[in-house]
Amino acid sequence: MSVDLATVKRVAKLARIAVTDDEASSLEGELNTILGFVEQLNEVDISGVEPMTSVIPMEMRKRKDAVTDGDKADDITANAPASEDNFFLVPKVVE
Amino acid sequence: MSIIDTRTPDPKRLIPGATGDWEIVIGMEVHAQVISESKLFSGASTEFGAEPNANVSLVDAAMPGMLPVINEECVKQAVRTGLGLKARINKKSVFDRKNYFYPDLPQGYQISQFKQPIVGEGEVVISVGPDRNGEFEDVEIGIERLHLEQDAGKSMHDQHPTMSYVDLNRSGVALMEIVSKPDLRSSDEAKAYLTKMRQILRYLGTCDGNMDEGSMRADVNVSVRKPGGDFGTRCEIKNVNSIRFVGQAIESEARRQIAIIEDGGSINQETRLFDPGRGETRSMRSKEEAHDYRYFPDPDLLPLEFDDAFVEDLAQHLPELPDEKKARLVSLGLSAYDASILVSEKPIADYFEQVAAGRDAKTAANWVINDLLGALNKAGLGIEETPVSPAQLGGIIDLIKSGDISGKIAKDVFEIVWHDGGDPADIVDERGMKQVTDAGAIEGEVDKVIAANPDKVEQAKAKPSLAGWFVGQVMKATQGKANPQAVQALVRAKLGIED
Repeated sequence: MSVDLATVKRVAKLARIAVTDDEASSLEGELNTILGFVEQLNEVDISGVEPMTSVIPMEMRKRKDAVTDGDKADDITANAPASEDNFFLVPKVVE
Repeated sequence: MSIIDTRTPDPKRLIPGATGDWEIVIGMEVHAQVISESKLFSGASTEFGAEPNANVSLVDAAMPGMLPVINEECVKQAVRTGLGLKARINKKSVFDRKNYFYPDLPQGYQISQFKQPIVGEGEVVISVGPDRNGEFEDVEIGIERLHLEQDAGKSMHDQHPTMSYVDLNRSGVALMEIVSKPDLRSSDEAKAYLTKMRQILRYLGTCDGNMDEGSMRADVNVSVRKPGGDFGTRCEIKNVNSIRFVGQAIESEARRQIAIIEDGGSINQETRLFDPGRGETRSMRSKEEAHDYRYFPDPDLLPLEFDDAFVEDLAQHLPELPDEKKARLVSLGLSAYDASILVSEKPIADYFEQVAAGRDAKTAANWVINDLLGALNKAGLGIEETPVSPAQLGGIIDLIKSGDISGKIAKDVFEIVWHDGGDPADIVDERGMKQVTDAGAIEGEVDKVIAANPDKVEQAKAKPSLAGWFVGQVMKATQGKANPQAVQALVRAKLGIED
Protein backbone atom coordinates (compact mmCIF):
# COMPACT_ATOMS: atom_id res chain seq x y z
CA MET A 1 0.00 0.00 0.00
CA SER A 2 1.18 3.49 -0.82
CA VAL A 3 -0.27 6.98 -0.89
CA ASP A 4 -0.11 9.63 -3.59
CA LEU A 5 0.10 13.39 -3.11
CA ALA A 6 -3.68 13.86 -3.41
CA THR A 7 -4.30 11.30 -0.64
CA VAL A 8 -1.78 13.00 1.64
CA LYS A 9 -3.56 16.31 1.15
CA ARG A 10 -6.96 14.73 1.69
CA VAL A 11 -5.89 12.98 4.91
CA ALA A 12 -4.37 16.23 6.18
CA LYS A 13 -7.61 18.05 5.43
CA LEU A 14 -9.73 15.38 7.17
CA ALA A 15 -7.46 15.69 10.23
CA ARG A 16 -7.63 19.50 10.03
CA ILE A 17 -3.85 19.77 9.79
CA ALA A 18 -2.55 22.63 7.62
CA VAL A 19 0.02 21.24 5.19
CA THR A 20 1.78 23.29 2.52
CA ASP A 21 2.48 21.81 -0.92
CA ASP A 22 6.17 21.42 -0.06
CA GLU A 23 5.38 19.66 3.20
CA ALA A 24 2.87 17.45 1.42
CA SER A 25 5.40 16.11 -1.06
CA SER A 26 7.97 15.38 1.66
CA LEU A 27 5.20 13.78 3.78
CA GLU A 28 4.27 11.60 0.81
CA GLY A 29 7.76 10.10 0.91
CA GLU A 30 7.81 9.71 4.69
CA LEU A 31 4.38 8.11 4.84
CA ASN A 32 5.23 5.66 2.07
CA THR A 33 8.38 4.64 3.93
CA ILE A 34 6.33 3.98 7.07
CA LEU A 35 3.65 2.12 5.12
CA GLY A 36 6.33 0.04 3.42
CA PHE A 37 7.77 -0.88 6.80
CA VAL A 38 4.36 -1.83 8.18
CA GLU A 39 3.69 -3.78 4.99
CA GLN A 40 6.18 -6.41 6.17
CA LEU A 41 3.57 -7.54 8.71
CA ASN A 42 1.61 -8.98 5.80
CA GLU A 43 4.28 -11.66 5.47
CA VAL A 44 2.98 -13.31 8.64
CA ASP A 45 0.16 -15.79 8.13
CA ILE A 46 -2.54 -14.86 10.65
CA SER A 47 -5.41 -16.89 9.22
CA GLY A 48 -7.46 -18.27 12.11
CA VAL A 49 -5.74 -16.05 14.70
CA GLU A 50 -7.97 -13.75 16.78
CA PRO A 51 -6.85 -10.10 16.81
CA MET A 52 -4.89 -9.38 19.99
CA THR A 53 -6.49 -6.53 21.92
CA SER A 54 -4.44 -6.78 25.09
CA VAL A 55 -1.06 -8.19 26.05
CA ILE A 56 -2.54 -9.94 29.09
CA PRO A 57 -5.97 -11.47 28.45
CA MET A 58 -8.32 -9.33 30.52
CA GLU A 59 -11.92 -8.26 30.65
CA MET A 60 -13.01 -4.69 30.17
CA ARG A 61 -13.76 -3.09 33.51
CA LYS A 62 -17.36 -1.89 33.83
CA ARG A 63 -18.76 0.92 35.96
CA LYS A 64 -21.88 0.84 38.12
CA ASP A 65 -24.54 3.25 36.89
CA ALA A 66 -24.18 6.09 39.39
CA VAL A 67 -23.68 9.84 39.09
CA THR A 68 -20.20 10.49 40.45
CA ASP A 69 -19.09 13.48 38.43
CA GLY A 70 -20.20 16.84 37.05
CA ASP A 71 -21.32 20.18 38.55
CA LYS A 72 -18.10 21.90 37.56
CA ALA A 73 -19.12 23.99 34.58
CA ASP A 74 -16.58 26.67 35.56
CA ASP A 75 -13.73 24.15 35.38
CA ILE A 76 -15.03 22.73 32.13
CA THR A 77 -15.09 26.09 30.38
CA ALA A 78 -11.99 27.50 32.16
CA ASN A 79 -9.71 27.04 29.14
CA ALA A 80 -12.25 28.07 26.52
CA PRO A 81 -11.07 31.00 24.36
CA ALA A 82 -14.61 32.38 24.66
CA SER A 83 -17.49 31.47 26.93
CA GLU A 84 -20.65 33.02 28.29
CA ASP A 85 -23.00 31.81 31.04
CA ASN A 86 -20.97 28.60 31.07
CA PHE A 87 -21.60 27.93 27.39
CA PHE A 88 -18.64 27.50 25.05
CA LEU A 89 -18.67 30.15 22.33
CA VAL A 90 -17.39 29.14 18.91
CA PRO A 91 -17.42 30.89 15.54
CA LYS A 92 -20.91 30.45 14.11
CA VAL A 93 -21.56 27.08 12.52
CA VAL A 94 -24.85 26.55 10.75
CA GLU A 95 -25.59 23.74 8.35
CA MET B 1 -23.31 -5.73 1.03
CA SER B 2 -26.19 -7.07 -1.03
CA ILE B 3 -29.68 -6.04 0.00
CA ILE B 4 -32.40 -8.64 -0.02
CA ASP B 5 -35.89 -7.48 -0.99
CA THR B 6 -38.31 -9.08 1.45
CA ARG B 7 -41.46 -7.48 0.06
CA THR B 8 -43.73 -8.02 -2.93
CA PRO B 9 -44.95 -4.79 -4.57
CA ASP B 10 -48.44 -4.02 -3.27
CA PRO B 11 -50.69 -1.85 -5.53
CA LYS B 12 -52.23 -0.23 -2.41
CA ARG B 13 -48.86 1.24 -1.46
CA LEU B 14 -47.76 2.54 -4.87
CA ILE B 15 -47.87 6.21 -5.75
CA PRO B 16 -48.76 7.41 -9.24
CA GLY B 17 -46.37 9.37 -11.47
CA ALA B 18 -46.57 10.66 -15.03
CA THR B 19 -44.95 7.45 -16.34
CA GLY B 20 -46.91 5.01 -14.23
CA ASP B 21 -46.78 3.82 -10.62
CA TRP B 22 -43.76 4.11 -8.33
CA GLU B 23 -42.77 2.22 -5.21
CA ILE B 24 -41.09 3.95 -2.27
CA VAL B 25 -38.34 2.08 -0.45
CA ILE B 26 -37.55 3.26 3.08
CA GLY B 27 -35.00 2.27 5.69
CA MET B 28 -34.80 3.91 9.10
CA GLU B 29 -32.06 4.68 11.60
CA VAL B 30 -33.55 5.41 14.99
CA HIS B 31 -31.35 7.08 17.58
CA ALA B 32 -32.71 6.24 21.00
CA GLN B 33 -31.24 7.79 24.13
CA VAL B 34 -30.64 5.06 26.72
CA ILE B 35 -32.35 5.48 30.09
CA SER B 36 -29.54 5.49 32.65
CA GLU B 37 -28.45 7.68 35.55
CA SER B 38 -24.99 8.41 34.23
CA LYS B 39 -23.35 8.61 30.81
CA LEU B 40 -21.97 5.78 28.66
CA PHE B 41 -18.32 6.37 29.52
CA SER B 42 -18.39 8.87 32.43
CA GLY B 43 -20.05 9.39 35.79
CA ALA B 44 -21.79 12.65 34.81
CA SER B 45 -25.58 12.84 35.03
CA THR B 46 -27.83 12.28 32.01
CA GLU B 47 -30.62 14.46 33.37
CA PHE B 48 -32.39 16.61 30.79
CA GLY B 49 -32.65 20.38 31.27
CA ALA B 50 -29.68 21.02 33.58
CA GLU B 51 -27.72 24.30 33.61
CA PRO B 52 -25.25 24.66 30.71
CA ASN B 53 -22.27 22.30 31.05
CA ALA B 54 -23.33 21.23 34.56
CA ASN B 55 -23.59 17.55 33.59
CA VAL B 56 -20.12 17.38 32.14
CA SER B 57 -17.09 15.50 33.42
CA LEU B 58 -13.55 15.95 32.18
CA VAL B 59 -14.07 12.78 30.13
CA ASP B 60 -17.06 14.27 28.32
CA ALA B 61 -15.13 17.47 27.64
CA ALA B 62 -12.33 15.32 26.16
CA MET B 63 -9.62 16.77 28.37
CA PRO B 64 -6.21 15.23 27.58
CA GLY B 65 -5.47 12.00 29.40
CA MET B 66 -9.06 11.18 30.32
CA LEU B 67 -10.07 7.56 29.78
CA PRO B 68 -13.54 6.16 29.12
CA VAL B 69 -14.96 3.47 31.46
CA ILE B 70 -18.14 1.78 30.28
CA ASN B 71 -21.42 1.98 32.20
CA GLU B 72 -22.68 -1.57 32.78
CA GLU B 73 -26.33 -0.48 32.87
CA CYS B 74 -26.09 0.97 29.34
CA VAL B 75 -24.83 -2.42 28.13
CA LYS B 76 -27.77 -4.12 29.84
CA GLN B 77 -30.23 -1.66 28.29
CA ALA B 78 -28.85 -2.37 24.82
CA VAL B 79 -29.13 -6.13 25.38
CA ARG B 80 -32.69 -5.76 26.73
CA THR B 81 -33.61 -3.76 23.63
CA GLY B 82 -32.01 -6.40 21.41
CA LEU B 83 -34.04 -9.10 23.15
CA GLY B 84 -37.20 -7.02 22.72
CA LEU B 85 -36.46 -6.81 18.99
CA LYS B 86 -36.05 -10.62 18.86
CA ALA B 87 -32.51 -9.98 17.71
CA ARG B 88 -29.24 -11.84 17.86
CA ILE B 89 -27.15 -10.69 20.81
CA ASN B 90 -23.43 -10.53 20.11
CA LYS B 91 -21.53 -11.65 23.19
CA LYS B 92 -18.48 -9.90 21.85
CA SER B 93 -18.65 -6.44 20.33
CA VAL B 94 -16.09 -3.72 19.65
CA PHE B 95 -16.08 0.06 20.08
CA ASP B 96 -14.67 2.10 17.24
CA ARG B 97 -13.82 5.74 16.75
CA LYS B 98 -15.87 7.55 14.12
CA ASN B 99 -13.77 10.58 13.24
CA TYR B 100 -15.22 13.95 12.29
CA PHE B 101 -14.95 17.55 13.43
CA TYR B 102 -17.81 19.57 14.82
CA PRO B 103 -17.87 22.03 17.74
CA ASP B 104 -20.29 19.88 19.76
CA LEU B 105 -17.93 16.88 19.52
CA PRO B 106 -14.96 17.75 21.75
CA GLN B 107 -13.15 14.43 21.23
CA GLY B 108 -12.97 14.91 17.48
CA TYR B 109 -14.46 11.43 17.22
CA GLN B 110 -17.56 9.67 18.41
CA ILE B 111 -17.11 6.37 20.21
CA SER B 112 -19.45 4.07 18.31
CA GLN B 113 -19.60 0.49 17.07
CA PHE B 114 -18.91 -0.20 13.43
CA LYS B 115 -18.00 -3.72 12.34
CA GLN B 116 -19.04 -5.59 15.47
CA PRO B 117 -22.21 -4.14 17.01
CA ILE B 118 -23.65 -5.42 20.29
CA VAL B 119 -26.90 -6.55 18.61
CA GLY B 120 -27.38 -8.14 15.19
CA GLU B 121 -30.40 -9.00 13.07
CA GLY B 122 -33.91 -8.95 14.52
CA GLU B 123 -37.46 -8.07 13.59
CA VAL B 124 -40.41 -5.87 14.46
CA VAL B 125 -44.03 -6.52 13.51
CA ILE B 126 -45.84 -3.32 12.63
CA SER B 127 -49.56 -2.85 12.24
CA VAL B 128 -50.61 -0.75 9.25
CA GLY B 129 -54.10 0.64 8.89
CA PRO B 130 -56.97 0.86 9.21
CA ASP B 131 -57.83 0.54 5.50
CA ARG B 132 -61.24 1.40 4.02
CA ASN B 133 -62.79 -1.70 5.59
CA GLY B 134 -61.33 -0.88 9.01
CA GLU B 135 -58.83 -3.74 8.73
CA PHE B 136 -55.25 -3.65 10.04
CA GLU B 137 -52.43 -5.45 8.29
CA ASP B 138 -49.42 -6.86 10.14
CA VAL B 139 -46.07 -6.45 8.36
CA GLU B 140 -42.73 -7.86 9.53
CA ILE B 141 -39.87 -5.37 9.29
CA GLY B 142 -36.29 -6.58 9.54
CA ILE B 143 -33.79 -5.04 11.94
CA GLU B 144 -30.25 -4.91 10.59
CA ARG B 145 -28.41 -4.09 13.81
CA LEU B 146 -28.33 -2.09 17.03
CA HIS B 147 -25.18 -0.48 18.34
CA LEU B 148 -24.15 1.65 21.28
CA GLU B 149 -22.60 5.06 20.78
CA GLN B 150 -22.08 8.44 22.41
CA ASP B 151 -24.44 11.32 21.83
CA ALA B 152 -22.93 14.68 20.88
CA GLY B 153 -23.36 18.03 22.64
CA LYS B 154 -25.80 20.67 21.55
CA SER B 155 -25.16 23.84 19.56
CA MET B 156 -27.38 26.91 19.59
CA HIS B 157 -27.06 29.25 16.67
CA ASP B 158 -29.59 31.97 17.45
CA GLN B 159 -28.10 33.53 20.58
CA HIS B 160 -25.40 35.68 19.06
CA PRO B 161 -24.77 37.35 15.67
CA THR B 162 -21.40 35.73 15.00
CA MET B 163 -20.98 32.96 17.57
CA SER B 164 -22.62 29.59 18.25
CA TYR B 165 -23.20 28.46 21.86
CA VAL B 166 -22.15 24.92 22.78
CA ASP B 167 -23.49 22.95 25.74
CA LEU B 168 -21.90 19.54 26.37
CA ASN B 169 -24.53 18.22 28.80
CA ARG B 170 -25.71 15.70 26.22
CA SER B 171 -22.17 14.86 25.15
CA GLY B 172 -21.43 11.26 26.07
CA VAL B 173 -24.99 10.20 26.92
CA ALA B 174 -25.54 6.65 25.65
CA LEU B 175 -27.45 6.24 22.41
CA MET B 176 -28.71 3.12 20.73
CA GLU B 177 -28.71 3.39 16.96
CA ILE B 178 -31.27 0.95 15.66
CA VAL B 179 -31.00 0.35 11.92
CA SER B 180 -33.85 -1.24 10.00
CA LYS B 181 -33.55 -3.15 6.76
CA PRO B 182 -34.96 -1.29 3.73
CA ASP B 183 -38.24 -3.13 4.26
CA LEU B 184 -40.65 -0.21 4.55
CA ARG B 185 -42.75 0.67 1.49
CA SER B 186 -44.90 3.69 2.40
CA SER B 187 -44.98 6.69 4.70
CA ASP B 188 -47.75 4.98 6.68
CA GLU B 189 -45.50 1.97 7.24
CA ALA B 190 -42.65 4.25 8.31
CA LYS B 191 -44.90 6.00 10.83
CA ALA B 192 -46.21 2.67 12.09
CA TYR B 193 -42.62 1.45 12.46
CA LEU B 194 -41.58 4.47 14.54
CA THR B 195 -44.72 4.20 16.66
CA LYS B 196 -44.04 0.53 17.29
CA MET B 197 -40.36 1.10 18.01
CA ARG B 198 -41.22 3.80 20.56
CA GLN B 199 -43.82 1.52 22.14
CA ILE B 200 -41.32 -1.36 22.47
CA LEU B 201 -38.63 0.94 23.93
CA ARG B 202 -41.08 2.38 26.46
CA TYR B 203 -42.34 -1.06 27.51
CA LEU B 204 -38.74 -2.17 27.97
CA GLY B 205 -37.89 1.02 29.87
CA THR B 206 -34.73 1.40 27.80
CA CYS B 207 -35.62 4.79 26.20
CA ASP B 208 -38.37 7.25 27.10
CA GLY B 209 -39.17 7.74 23.39
CA ASN B 210 -39.73 11.44 23.92
CA MET B 211 -39.19 12.96 20.49
CA ASP B 212 -39.86 16.54 21.70
CA GLU B 213 -36.84 16.44 23.99
CA GLY B 214 -34.81 14.73 21.31
CA SER B 215 -34.38 11.48 23.21
CA MET B 216 -35.61 9.66 20.10
CA ARG B 217 -34.69 10.88 16.62
CA ALA B 218 -34.91 9.29 13.20
CA ASP B 219 -32.83 9.41 10.04
CA VAL B 220 -34.90 8.27 7.08
CA ASN B 221 -33.41 6.74 3.92
CA VAL B 222 -35.73 7.14 0.95
CA SER B 223 -35.48 5.94 -2.63
CA VAL B 224 -38.01 5.25 -5.36
CA ARG B 225 -38.23 2.64 -8.10
CA LYS B 226 -40.60 1.05 -10.55
CA PRO B 227 -42.56 -1.62 -8.63
CA GLY B 228 -40.35 -4.62 -7.97
CA GLY B 229 -37.44 -3.14 -9.96
CA ASP B 230 -33.86 -2.52 -8.84
CA PHE B 231 -33.37 -0.34 -5.78
CA GLY B 232 -32.92 3.34 -6.67
CA THR B 233 -30.35 5.79 -5.34
CA ARG B 234 -31.28 6.83 -1.82
CA CYS B 235 -31.23 10.13 0.01
CA GLU B 236 -30.89 10.30 3.76
CA ILE B 237 -33.14 12.75 5.60
CA LYS B 238 -31.42 13.57 8.88
CA ASN B 239 -32.82 14.12 12.35
CA VAL B 240 -36.55 14.15 11.81
CA ASN B 241 -38.03 14.77 15.23
CA SER B 242 -41.69 13.76 15.08
CA ILE B 243 -43.63 10.85 13.66
CA ARG B 244 -45.87 13.19 11.67
CA PHE B 245 -42.84 14.90 10.11
CA VAL B 246 -41.40 11.53 9.12
CA GLY B 247 -44.56 10.89 7.10
CA GLN B 248 -44.44 14.34 5.48
CA ALA B 249 -40.71 14.13 4.77
CA ILE B 250 -41.08 10.77 3.00
CA GLU B 251 -44.04 11.91 0.89
CA SER B 252 -42.33 15.09 -0.27
CA GLU B 253 -38.94 13.43 -0.82
CA ALA B 254 -40.50 10.62 -2.87
CA ARG B 255 -42.35 13.13 -5.05
CA ARG B 256 -39.15 15.14 -5.51
CA GLN B 257 -37.23 12.05 -6.64
CA ILE B 258 -39.99 10.87 -8.98
CA ALA B 259 -40.20 14.31 -10.61
CA ILE B 260 -36.42 14.33 -11.22
CA ILE B 261 -36.36 10.82 -12.69
CA GLU B 262 -39.42 11.39 -14.86
CA ASP B 263 -37.78 14.54 -16.23
CA GLY B 264 -34.88 12.37 -17.34
CA GLY B 265 -32.57 13.30 -14.45
CA SER B 266 -30.89 11.12 -11.84
CA ILE B 267 -30.78 11.19 -8.04
CA ASN B 268 -27.62 12.28 -6.23
CA GLN B 269 -26.93 10.29 -3.11
CA GLU B 270 -26.89 12.99 -0.44
CA THR B 271 -27.94 14.03 3.03
CA ARG B 272 -31.03 16.22 3.25
CA LEU B 273 -32.92 18.09 5.93
CA PHE B 274 -36.69 18.28 6.35
CA ASP B 275 -38.10 21.77 6.71
CA PRO B 276 -41.44 21.39 8.53
CA GLY B 277 -42.46 24.98 7.68
CA ARG B 278 -42.24 24.37 3.92
CA GLY B 279 -43.10 20.69 4.14
CA GLU B 280 -40.15 19.74 1.93
CA THR B 281 -36.57 18.49 2.12
CA ARG B 282 -33.47 20.42 1.13
CA SER B 283 -29.87 19.44 0.52
CA MET B 284 -27.71 19.64 3.63
CA ARG B 285 -24.18 18.83 2.59
CA SER B 286 -22.54 19.16 -0.76
CA LYS B 287 -21.13 16.01 -2.29
CA GLU B 288 -17.54 17.24 -2.65
CA GLU B 289 -16.94 16.72 1.09
CA ALA B 290 -17.90 13.05 0.86
CA HIS B 291 -17.78 11.69 4.38
CA ASP B 292 -14.89 9.57 5.39
CA TYR B 293 -15.14 8.69 9.06
CA ARG B 294 -11.93 6.63 9.13
CA TYR B 295 -13.32 4.16 11.65
CA PHE B 296 -10.81 2.22 13.72
CA PRO B 297 -11.07 0.25 16.99
CA ASP B 298 -10.84 2.58 20.00
CA PRO B 299 -7.52 1.77 21.67
CA ASP B 300 -8.87 3.06 25.01
CA LEU B 301 -11.46 0.31 25.22
CA LEU B 302 -11.19 -3.46 25.28
CA PRO B 303 -13.80 -5.49 23.38
CA LEU B 304 -17.14 -5.65 25.19
CA GLU B 305 -17.74 -9.23 26.25
CA PHE B 306 -20.31 -11.04 28.37
CA ASP B 307 -21.54 -14.61 28.74
CA ASP B 308 -24.82 -16.45 28.15
CA ALA B 309 -25.77 -16.17 31.82
CA PHE B 310 -25.66 -12.37 31.59
CA VAL B 311 -28.06 -12.40 28.61
CA GLU B 312 -30.23 -15.14 30.14
CA ASP B 313 -30.69 -13.16 33.35
CA LEU B 314 -31.80 -10.07 31.41
CA ALA B 315 -34.13 -12.16 29.25
CA GLN B 316 -35.81 -13.63 32.32
CA HIS B 317 -36.56 -10.23 33.78
CA LEU B 318 -37.82 -8.74 30.53
CA PRO B 319 -41.29 -7.19 30.93
CA GLU B 320 -44.22 -8.42 28.85
CA LEU B 321 -43.98 -6.73 25.45
CA PRO B 322 -46.88 -5.11 23.57
CA ASP B 323 -47.42 -7.95 21.07
CA GLU B 324 -47.53 -10.55 23.84
CA LYS B 325 -49.76 -8.40 26.01
CA LYS B 326 -52.13 -7.82 23.11
CA ALA B 327 -52.34 -11.56 22.41
CA ARG B 328 -53.09 -12.20 26.08
CA LEU B 329 -55.85 -9.57 26.17
CA VAL B 330 -57.42 -11.05 23.03
CA SER B 331 -57.39 -14.44 24.75
CA LEU B 332 -59.40 -12.84 27.58
CA GLY B 333 -62.16 -12.11 25.05
CA LEU B 334 -61.28 -8.60 23.91
CA SER B 335 -61.41 -7.63 20.25
CA ALA B 336 -58.05 -7.12 18.53
CA TYR B 337 -58.95 -3.47 18.09
CA ASP B 338 -59.74 -2.89 21.78
CA ALA B 339 -56.62 -4.81 22.79
CA SER B 340 -54.41 -2.68 20.55
CA ILE B 341 -55.82 0.52 22.06
CA LEU B 342 -55.16 -0.75 25.57
CA VAL B 343 -51.58 -1.83 24.85
CA SER B 344 -50.75 1.32 22.85
CA GLU B 345 -49.18 2.84 25.96
CA LYS B 346 -47.92 0.83 28.88
CA PRO B 347 -49.58 3.04 31.55
CA ILE B 348 -52.96 2.50 29.85
CA ALA B 349 -52.39 -1.26 29.80
CA ASP B 350 -51.36 -1.17 33.47
CA TYR B 351 -54.48 0.83 34.36
CA PHE B 352 -56.70 -1.60 32.47
CA GLU B 353 -55.13 -4.63 34.14
CA GLN B 354 -55.80 -3.18 37.56
CA VAL B 355 -59.44 -2.52 36.68
CA ALA B 356 -59.87 -5.94 35.06
CA ALA B 357 -58.31 -7.87 37.97
CA GLY B 358 -61.08 -10.13 39.28
CA ARG B 359 -63.66 -8.50 36.97
CA ASP B 360 -65.09 -9.15 33.52
CA ALA B 361 -62.39 -8.11 31.02
CA LYS B 362 -64.82 -6.97 28.32
CA THR B 363 -66.74 -4.72 30.74
CA ALA B 364 -63.50 -3.30 32.11
CA ALA B 365 -62.22 -2.67 28.57
CA ASN B 366 -65.43 -0.85 27.58
CA TRP B 367 -65.22 1.41 30.60
CA VAL B 368 -61.53 2.16 30.19
CA ILE B 369 -61.73 2.78 26.43
CA ASN B 370 -65.11 4.52 26.06
CA ASP B 371 -65.51 6.33 29.33
CA LEU B 372 -62.09 6.88 30.87
CA LEU B 373 -59.99 7.42 27.74
CA GLY B 374 -62.86 9.37 26.19
CA ALA B 375 -63.04 11.71 29.18
CA LEU B 376 -59.25 12.05 29.42
CA ASN B 377 -59.06 12.86 25.74
CA LYS B 378 -61.79 15.48 26.06
CA ALA B 379 -60.02 17.05 29.05
CA GLY B 380 -56.66 16.92 27.30
CA LEU B 381 -55.15 14.76 30.05
CA GLY B 382 -52.79 11.80 29.88
CA ILE B 383 -53.48 8.53 31.67
CA GLU B 384 -50.99 9.52 34.40
CA GLU B 385 -53.18 12.51 35.28
CA THR B 386 -56.47 10.63 35.52
CA PRO B 387 -58.74 11.87 38.31
CA VAL B 388 -60.42 8.44 38.46
CA SER B 389 -58.18 5.71 39.88
CA PRO B 390 -58.36 2.08 38.76
CA ALA B 391 -59.81 1.21 42.19
CA GLN B 392 -62.56 3.80 41.79
CA LEU B 393 -63.47 2.67 38.27
CA GLY B 394 -63.40 -0.94 39.47
CA GLY B 395 -65.75 0.06 42.30
CA ILE B 396 -68.26 1.50 39.84
CA ILE B 397 -68.18 -1.71 37.77
CA ASP B 398 -68.72 -3.76 40.95
CA LEU B 399 -71.81 -1.69 41.80
CA ILE B 400 -73.30 -2.47 38.37
CA LYS B 401 -72.54 -6.14 38.75
CA SER B 402 -74.12 -6.35 42.21
CA GLY B 403 -77.25 -4.69 40.81
CA ASP B 404 -76.89 -1.67 43.09
CA ILE B 405 -76.88 0.74 40.15
CA SER B 406 -77.86 0.55 36.49
CA GLY B 407 -75.40 1.13 33.70
CA LYS B 408 -76.98 4.51 33.13
CA ILE B 409 -76.61 5.63 36.77
CA ALA B 410 -73.04 4.32 36.65
CA LYS B 411 -72.21 7.00 34.07
CA ASP B 412 -73.47 9.62 36.55
CA VAL B 413 -71.37 8.08 39.33
CA PHE B 414 -68.35 8.20 37.02
CA GLU B 415 -68.96 11.93 36.45
CA ILE B 416 -69.17 12.54 40.20
CA VAL B 417 -65.98 10.59 40.92
CA TRP B 418 -64.24 12.43 38.06
CA HIS B 419 -65.10 15.86 39.49
CA ASP B 420 -65.37 15.31 43.25
CA GLY B 421 -63.49 12.09 43.90
CA GLY B 422 -64.64 9.67 46.60
CA ASP B 423 -65.57 6.04 46.96
CA PRO B 424 -68.25 5.04 44.41
CA ALA B 425 -70.14 2.87 46.96
CA ASP B 426 -70.30 5.77 49.46
CA ILE B 427 -71.41 8.19 46.74
CA VAL B 428 -74.24 5.89 45.70
CA ASP B 429 -75.31 5.48 49.35
CA GLU B 430 -75.06 9.12 50.32
CA ARG B 431 -76.80 10.46 47.24
CA GLY B 432 -79.55 7.83 47.24
CA MET B 433 -78.60 6.60 43.79
CA LYS B 434 -79.14 2.96 44.59
CA GLN B 435 -81.31 1.11 42.16
CA VAL B 436 -84.73 0.13 43.49
CA THR B 437 -84.76 -3.63 43.32
CA ASP B 438 -87.58 -4.03 45.85
CA ALA B 439 -90.25 -5.72 43.72
CA GLY B 440 -93.07 -4.32 45.86
CA ALA B 441 -91.96 -0.72 45.40
CA ILE B 442 -91.52 -1.15 41.69
CA GLU B 443 -94.87 -2.88 41.39
CA GLY B 444 -96.53 0.07 43.13
CA GLU B 445 -95.09 2.46 40.57
CA VAL B 446 -96.11 0.21 37.67
CA ASP B 447 -99.65 0.00 39.02
CA LYS B 448 -99.81 3.77 39.34
CA VAL B 449 -98.77 4.34 35.74
CA ILE B 450 -101.19 1.70 34.45
CA ALA B 451 -104.07 3.15 36.45
CA ALA B 452 -103.38 6.66 35.19
CA ASN B 453 -103.30 5.68 31.54
CA PRO B 454 -106.19 3.35 30.65
CA ASP B 455 -106.17 4.42 26.99
CA LYS B 456 -102.51 3.48 26.56
CA VAL B 457 -103.20 0.15 28.21
CA GLU B 458 -105.78 -0.63 25.54
CA GLN B 459 -103.38 0.38 22.77
CA ALA B 460 -100.56 -1.66 24.25
CA LYS B 461 -102.65 -4.81 24.15
CA ALA B 462 -102.83 -4.43 20.36
CA LYS B 463 -99.30 -3.09 19.97
CA PRO B 464 -96.91 -4.74 22.49
CA SER B 465 -94.05 -2.38 21.61
CA LEU B 466 -95.88 0.30 23.60
CA ALA B 467 -94.71 -1.49 26.74
CA GLY B 468 -91.54 0.52 26.37
CA TRP B 469 -93.49 3.71 27.00
CA PHE B 470 -94.71 2.34 30.35
CA VAL B 471 -91.19 1.33 31.30
CA GLY B 472 -90.06 4.85 30.49
CA GLN B 473 -92.77 6.37 32.71
CA VAL B 474 -91.83 4.13 35.62
CA MET B 475 -88.14 4.93 35.24
CA LYS B 476 -89.00 8.62 35.19
CA ALA B 477 -91.13 8.28 38.31
CA THR B 478 -88.29 6.49 40.13
CA GLN B 479 -85.65 8.92 38.83
CA GLY B 480 -83.97 6.13 36.95
CA LYS B 481 -83.29 4.11 40.08
CA ALA B 482 -85.59 1.20 39.31
CA ASN B 483 -83.94 -1.84 37.84
CA PRO B 484 -84.95 -1.58 34.14
CA GLN B 485 -85.10 -5.36 33.65
CA ALA B 486 -87.42 -5.76 36.64
CA VAL B 487 -89.67 -2.92 35.44
CA GLN B 488 -89.82 -4.36 31.94
CA ALA B 489 -90.83 -7.80 33.24
CA LEU B 490 -93.51 -6.38 35.53
CA VAL B 491 -94.99 -4.09 32.87
CA ARG B 492 -95.24 -6.91 30.37
CA ALA B 493 -96.83 -9.21 32.95
CA LYS B 494 -99.38 -6.58 34.03
CA LEU B 495 -100.31 -5.74 30.47
CA GLY B 496 -100.59 -9.40 29.62
CA ILE B 497 -97.97 -9.25 26.89
CA GLU B 498 -96.50 -12.63 26.10
CA ASP B 499 -92.73 -12.83 25.73
